[in-house]
Amino acid sequence: MLDFSKNYFELFGLPVGYIIDKSQLAERYRELQRVVHPDRFANASEQEKRLSLQRAARINQAYHTLKDPIERGRYLLSLNGIEMDVQQETTRDSVFLMEQLELREELEAARAKPDPYATIAELMVEVNQRFSNMVGEMAVQFESATPEQLEAAREILRKMQFMQKLRHDAEELEAELDEAL
Amino acid sequence: MALLQLSEPGKSQAPHQQRLAAGIDLGTTNSLVASVRSGVAETLPDTEGRHLLPSVVRYTGDQRIVGHAARSAAVSDPLNTIVSIKRMLGRSIDELNSLGSLPSYHFTHQESAVPRIQTLAGAVSPVEVSAEILRVLVQRAEETLGGPLEGVVITVPAYFDDAQRQATKDAARLAGVHVLRLLNEPTAAAVAYGLDTGSEGVHAVYDLGGGTFDISILRLNRGVFEVLSTGGDSALGGDDFDRVLARWIMQQAGLSDDVDHTMQRRLMRDACAAKEALSSAGSVQLAVELPSGDCWRGELTRVQFEQLIMPLVRKTLTPCRRALRDAGLSVADIADVVLVGGSTRVPLVRILVSDFFASPALGEIDPDRVVAIGAALQADVLIGNKPLDEMLLLDVNPLSLGIETMGGLVEKIIPRNTTIPVARAQEFTTFKDGQSAMAVHVVQGERELVSDCRSLARFELRGIPPMVAGAARIKVTFSVDADGLLGVEAREESTGVTASVEIKPAYGLSDAEIGAMLRDSMVYAEQDMAARRLREQQVEAERVIEALQAALASDGDELLNSEERASIDASLSKLVDLSERNDPAQIKAAIEGLEKQCESYVQRRMNANVRKAMSGHSVEEFK
Repeated sequence: MLDFSKNYFELFGLPVGYIIDKSQLAERYRELQRVVHPDRFANASEQEKRLSLQRAARINQAYHTLKDPIERGRYLLSLNGIEMDVQQETTRDSVFLMEQLELREELEAARAKPDPYATIAELMVEVNQRFSNMVGEMAVQFESATPEQLEAAREILRKMQFMQKLRHDAEELEAELDEAL
Repeated sequence: MALLQLSEPGKSQAPHQQRLAAGIDLGTTNSLVASVRSGVAETLPDTEGRHLLPSVVRYTGDQRIVGHAARSAAVSDPLNTIVSIKRMLGRSIDELNSLGSLPSYHFTHQESAVPRIQTLAGAVSPVEVSAEILRVLVQRAEETLGGPLEGVVITVPAYFDDAQRQATKDAARLAGVHVLRLLNEPTAAAVAYGLDTGSEGVHAVYDLGGGTFDISILRLNRGVFEVLSTGGDSALGGDDFDRVLARWIMQQAGLSDDVDHTMQRRLMRDACAAKEALSSAGSVQLAVELPSGDCWRGELTRVQFEQLIMPLVRKTLTPCRRALRDAGLSVADIADVVLVGGSTRVPLVRILVSDFFASPALGEIDPDRVVAIGAALQADVLIGNKPLDEMLLLDVNPLSLGIETMGGLVEKIIPRNTTIPVARAQEFTTFKDGQSAMAVHVVQGERELVSDCRSLARFELRGIPPMVAGAARIKVTFSVDADGLLGVEAREESTGVTASVEIKPAYGLSDAEIGAMLRDSMVYAEQDMAARRLREQQVEAERVIEALQAALASDGDELLNSEERASIDASLSKLVDLSERNDPAQIKAAIEGLEKQCESYVQRRMNANVRKAMSGHSVEEFK
């Protein structure tokens, strides 16, 4: 039987791994939604509507998970029996934490700059560069996925979460600046 | 016993079975109905050739007048003539007050959270007023198309929240029309353009109507419309242009703020006319009859007008920026901007929007009609007149959904711009030993404090088995369906006890209230309640029978063994038989029985279809 026993990669007919072909993923996603989406069952029985809703929601969830580099990493860890506690876990790498502090200070300082958007944009180029380096490091860890490598992946994920939060806060700051326009 | 009619496998329905469906744009200022006829989607005019139906309802002692005639009375009979009702749909009086644009009606005091307007015909709610407009549109479509509509697609601003969507659906229910889907207005506009031009790529849809503003960013890829992000302001529109203009006229003419209702309406009407004239003219002459009997005369140039509305138009660009950010895109990624809504006729709007997106603005399809046309195209697909794989819409939820946690903070469970349908689960635990119930407060909005968000529902989980504090694991699943409506399910995980969930709509109508309105409207329409109930069940039975027959014809032999098939066939013919008799309760029971019986078959079908869709991939690529 399909769906509820298969993992997200199997659902999309893709090999289990961190490196993912994004265009293929998007293509499979559209093919699957064409079959299960509630719009195909607008005139069907309540039962079929319910089933379609569940399936479509699951496929959306799977797509969302596989598309996002952090979610995908976390999901791969859970397939390997490691459940991360998103709220509680944090890195203890003091050099990394120090850098984070500096980046945050730079972001906060953008407010006072003559062109705050440009300052934020510059900062984001740097943050995005670091983030994609981390994506590369992650891919390596999942190639053979030894217990040590999985532990390393977990640590990278903790750091990626920091970067993600920083990106989020930068967007919030931009939104705040927009409001003030 | 009636014989089952089975069509040949793989053959679509015969042409005479073309089903009647329509798309309805239920607008703040004007509404429209459109349908696909001979392959072309077009809006349907009334007997006098007018396509737009003013969204105005006038209540006199024994009559309800909808449309042009009602609008003409808006000035002379302001308290019984309801305009811009869409702004009030799904909102409480307090909210309307805080929006600062509470229309000048007499509101009645009541226990229900839904505002009711006092008219000559009694107190009416926004849902009832909207239902009157829907009735007229449905009737127009049925007369034009020559038969009852089997379903409609109604458009809503993408930025409508749960309560506003629910209220729209309630209005349709009250008008007695089957809703195939609520469709977001910008998505509908994109459909209208996309199917004509087949243009792939990323598009922005800028929709400035009478009372609402929406921006959507979407990607079109081989017939799939994927909404990437959406944003807007559900209380900003062309009416606000009229309002600033009316205020300007009042200042110029030396009128004080406390002019009466009639004067207010007259000023709004004059302001609107001046705004429309300035879309082509460089200046307009104004004349206002003052209470003193004198007449004030003045001139307004387009430049002056543009200065007045500039802050409002600028205000629409903030959600545009946010929508781009949410989509992870920049202006350079946008191929073009589709303009929707009558207010995009204002030249300043076109210029600022085109500049902002640095892209050409598309407006070939009449901006007033484009949404209804898109809705008609989608209705045609959903009702089954078109091959289903031709077009697919993947929409998003416009606002984040969350719950209240300790200290009045919001824990987001489904962030905004998540593709729908979606289901997300969250685990809760008990705070005290032996606690058997817990209260959950669901809110919608982007802010961190509960008090800054929209309260959607409060519910209690009851029947939690007694345990020590923190031991119970209660999994609450929040879901948003394809119409953008919220659902909640709760379950205690360690014992499997399903806790009862009671959703109390914060600003919506309760089922009992809708029931009462339905009864009232029945009396009004002089229809027999029993006859209607029977007809409803018969229509439902027809739907189930047709769907099942089509399913059996295509894969019944493949997926069912002879025993299962025989038993389903028997129940099916029993339902066919019952549906021609006149006992609604029996028909209902037979439908439910048949659906239960088909449960496993339905699952097998869906799985088979998914396998088919994925076949050719897994084999060679997944070794």
